[in-house]
Amino acid sequence: MRIVLITGLAIGSLAASVMGQELDANAIVEKANRASYYAGKDGSAKVKMVMSDGRTREFAILRRNADEGMGQKFYVYFTAPADVRKMAYLVHKRPGGNDDRWLFLPALNLVKRIAPGDKRTSFVGSDFLYEDVSGRGLEEDTHELVETTETQYVIKNTPKDPGSVEFSSYTVWIDKESFLPRKAEYLDKNGTLSRRVVADKVETVQGYPTVVESYVEDLSAGTKTVNTFADVKLDIGLKDRLFTERFLRRPPREVTR
Amino acid sequence: MKRVWVCGCVSVWAAFAACAADIELHGFGEYRYGERVEDQSLEGYRSLNELRLQGDALWYHDLFTVQLKGALIYDDVTAQRDDVDLETGEGFFDLRQANILVSPLSWMDLKVGRQVLTWGTGDLVFINDLFPKDWQSFFLGRDDEYLKVPSDALFVSVFPEFVNIDVAYTPRFDADRHITGERLSYWNGQAVVGQESVLLTDRPDDWFEDDEVAVRVYRTMGAFELALYGYHGYWKSPGGMDPDTGQWLFPGLAVYGASARGPLGNGIVYVETGYYDSFDDREGCDPFINNSEVRLLLGYEREIATDLTMGVQYFVERMLDHDEHVAALESKMAPTDTVRDEDRHTVTLRLTYLAMNQNLVLSCFARYSPNEDDGYVKPTATYKISDRWQATLGGSIFFGDDEHTFLSQFRDNNNVNGSVRFSF
Repeated sequence: MRIVLITGLAIGSLAASVMGQELDANAIVEKANRASYYAGKDGSAKVKMVMSDGRTREFAILRRNADEGMGQKFYVYFTAPADVRKMAYLVHKRPGGNDDRWLFLPALNLVKRIAPGDKRTSFVGSDFLYEDVSGRGLEEDTHELVETTETQYVIKNTPKDPGSVEFSSYTVWIDKESFLPRKAEYLDKNGTLSRRVVADKVETVQGYPTVVESYVEDLSAGTKTVNTFADVKLDIGLKDRLFTERFLRRPPREVTR
Repeated sequence: MKRVWVCGCVSVWAAFAACAADIELHGFGEYRYGERVEDQSLEGYRSLNELRLQGDALWYHDLFTVQLKGALIYDDVTAQRDDVDLETGEGFFDLRQANILVSPLSWMDLKVGRQVLTWGTGDLVFINDLFPKDWQSFFLGRDDEYLKVPSDALFVSVFPEFVNIDVAYTPRFDADRHITGERLSYWNGQAVVGQESVLLTDRPDDWFEDDEVAVRVYRTMGAFELALYGYHGYWKSPGGMDPDTGQWLFPGLAVYGASARGPLGNGIVYVETGYYDSFDDREGCDPFINNSEVRLLLGYEREIATDLTMGVQYFVERMLDHDEHVAALESKMAPTDTVRDEDRHTVTLRLTYLAMNQNLVLSCFARYSPNEDDGYVKPTATYKISDRWQATLGGSIFFGDDEHTFLSQFRDNNNVNGSVRFSF
């Protein structure tokens, strides 16, 4: 009986330590996901993307987290260049499912519903992918803590459905203190480093460590996009009703100021 | 009326100048050229040859938003270059927007003035969107922006808790900028004609009497958007004829409809329907006035490969008094062999491909009617050379066997066109 008990305990504690490590990797990516995409209840920023060929994209972005769960709503209002100016883009993010997306075309005064697309395609023609901007579902990869340095956790992420993505795995370096991912490197199907996303400037905004400049390099195409965030504001009390067709057709002051 | 507009524009410009700091000024210069590829006996061989300088001023204020948008045009093809007509868009100046938006209550928006209005779910198929369209511009190959004609209207939106309500009141009927023969040849009931036989119309144009009201009530349920629509006004393109004067008419029309749109599988599905009450001839016994109709649209759009989106639609228009219409024509000894079928079925396909980091957009819209055996194909390529420069290449190709069917009548207008635009 005692032996059984001891054995039971031993197995139990062994399991706990294995579980503990797995839990660590998952807990880290969970915290990193919250730190990078969910800071505050809501927020706004002005974003400028500059691509290596000199093309730009400028927009104001509003975000509001759902009161419960991991749902989010985004409102993007483009200010430059001319071909996208005054376009507005609305996303109701549904974790684990397809996002609901609308695009407002001002010249036609048309609210267009956008079919859910491949999330691994370019966001507005930049080297950033739609998924870099909206966040990749944590449940889509298995996460493994491969290294813990003095300041960072290094997590290797392997897709559960390799056919759905262009990479074989990616590794993320996450700051221990802020839990902000500072670098992600993607290996293509041949195991060659093909893509790098770097958060190179972080500032503390209203107590939240916030990325204010990031860039992505497409190493196979030799292109790069730099993303700068200005006027970052958090917990500004954005109302849920801003994220509706009404404000697609008439951009709110929060984005036109 | 023209003077009122000019005074209005001048005073808004003055107000703009006074607060220049809060104002965004943008615009573009564009050259656009097009040539006919078919028979050129009815219209010239050039379908387009024009320079356009369009300005867009926006004034965002905490209490209001003012928008002013207009274009100076040098149109080498038109005969009416000097006389500005803001209703038809003819002449060297086209006023696209001149409106003010205010929110007197947190749950209410009011927009007054010249504005572009759109609602409904279809892709180039409109059932409950009875705001004016410029089919001439569209078929000639101008930018899609010009398919929508501005309305001079009061647009009120209210947003109570459970539904949203939009009401558009247009005090004087705004017709489509429809095909007249001046720029595009058409079937006039007897033959395909062009510039030598420009269509004459008798358009209702009394302020506050010949008016239009359009209403939309909508809400979302889960991921689905549901809407009900109503309209009272006139057929937007000529929908009747006065046999004595030979003038084309815009008979009275009321429309009641509904739509739903939402996700299905990995795509977006939508359905829209409308009952067209041609109330000037409800029984269908006047052969020169459009029948009442029921229209139904089903559409589905999804990404079929990375950066490649496909949209398909099925559209049917049913005449509600087809037999009476044929009998009425027979009683007037009018020919009945060119009467359309009771149901006109249409299928459409759109493919859009984004290439070169989305700087090259290739799009092809095709429309085919199996029972009229005619159709239309519009391919376009848009290349963004830089943030400021953009070039397009496009075409409008109509096909079909008969001269009189809905799309085939425009065969002689098949054209290719291109443009270069500089934005500032």
